[in-house]
Amino acid sequence: MKARAFAYARPRTLEAAHAAFADAEGDASYISGGQSLVPALAMRLQAPACLVDLGGIDALKGIAFDDGVLRIGALTRHAQALSDPLIARHAPLLTAAAPFVAHPAIRNRGTLGGSVALADPASEFPAMMLTMDATMEIFGTDGLRDVPAADYFQDLYQTAIEPGEILVALKIPGAAPGTRIAFEELARRRGDYAMVGSGIMAQVDDGAVAQIAIGFFSVGATPVRARAVEALLTGRALDAAAITEAQAALDDDLDPPDDTQVPAAMRRHLARVVLGRLLTRIAGTPGEAP
Amino acid sequence: MTATMSVALTVNGIPVSRMVAPRVTLADFLRFDLGLTGTHTGCEMGACGACLVRLDGVPVHSCLVFAVQADGAVVETVEGLSENGAIAGLQQAFHERNALQCGFCTPGMLVTAHALLEKGGVPSRDEIRDALSGNYCRCTGYEAIVDAIAAAARARAGAEAPHAEAEA
Repeated sequence: MKARAFAYARPRTLEAAHAAFADAEGDASYISGGQSLVPALAMRLQAPACLVDLGGIDALKGIAFDDGVLRIGALTRHAQALSDPLIARHAPLLTAAAPFVAHPAIRNRGTLGGSVALADPASEFPAMMLTMDATMEIFGTDGLRDVPAADYFQDLYQTAIEPGEILVALKIPGAAPGTRIAFEELARRRGDYAMVGSGIMAQVDDGAVAQIAIGFFSVGATPVRARAVEALLTGRALDAAAITEAQAALDDDLDPPDDTQVPAAMRRHLARVVLGRLLTRIAGTPGEAP
Repeated sequence: MTATMSVALTVNGIPVSRMVAPRVTLADFLRFDLGLTGTHTGCEMGACGACLVRLDGVPVHSCLVFAVQADGAVVETVEGLSENGAIAGLQQAFHERNALQCGFCTPGMLVTAHALLEKGGVPSRDEIRDALSGNYCRCTGYEAIVDAIAAAARARAGAEAPHAEAEA
């Protein structure tokens, strides 16, 4: 349970990091918080010749709200999602999701950028990027580019980030005043990977759903938006009948795999349970903090 | 073998510099290079919590940080927290409540509990259990550990309250 020997570089700029990665001719890994990578190294699931540590790059740090967009630097720690007032105000889904992410000591070290770059399908933050229609800012050979979440998550651990590229920041449209949010996941033990989880943000005007975004995780190879359910609920009152219909419609949005822990039918069932609970909370909590 | 690199950090208040291979975790560095064996390595994959230390003021798994990454950092281990008295109340409560049997998890438990109590107030049992969610204990069933942390928190609050009144 020890990592294979590797060379270590700690560049100060994106350009230097990109160059260090290129020097390793494809046999390098970037390390951010390392809370997923280091266990993988210890188990020799990965054994790169070089680790390029992104931890010293100032361009990856900081949280700012400007022109309606919350920009979260990739090195922002999970624990900051729990405590940062800008995140709580403009991206409350992240604050609601953060307590479910691993355990306190992991949250002290793990980074939002690392989590979203890894894109574990059972992770909370990547799915919330999809739910919030976030944009991923990526540094590569041609400088910076923006990739919307809908194009970013491509397959299992597969994102729009090309080898050598660096996730720089998460850009999240600020939640409008009065946005209602709810988050829940079902895990066998506290802090374990979720069997199913979901976050919802919604605008409800005069009792009817004006806008709703529903994101699921741990239901397939990537995070999933429940677009059919969103369409069904838009314009409707969130009464018991609508919630029941939404739960039935969820089957069309999800295509979970069978695995040894959770059969697909069970995952579908759990997803319906989670959706029912979250929509009930959304319906019952006008303007209330989560 | 990859060449060693120099690393300089502060451990329990003492500046330390060594040459170290990049693959060496902070946990192994503390144990083997510095002889600070109070930090325990259990799973070495961030699950068990026996290796928790304070890195720049917050608890982290020293098995999930390479020593070279801690260059310039301030590290406190259970030895440092013991010697400076920061966890004396917790240690006393763990002793009184039988909150350890084999003791392997105890350093990590103390680091977690210390961070929880540092936030102030008296945490509920649910809050204590949530804080301990990343710390495995295979002996006690946790009940005595929660008891001890709750007792230490109450003792700390009781000790602080008269002081606060005196200031008011």
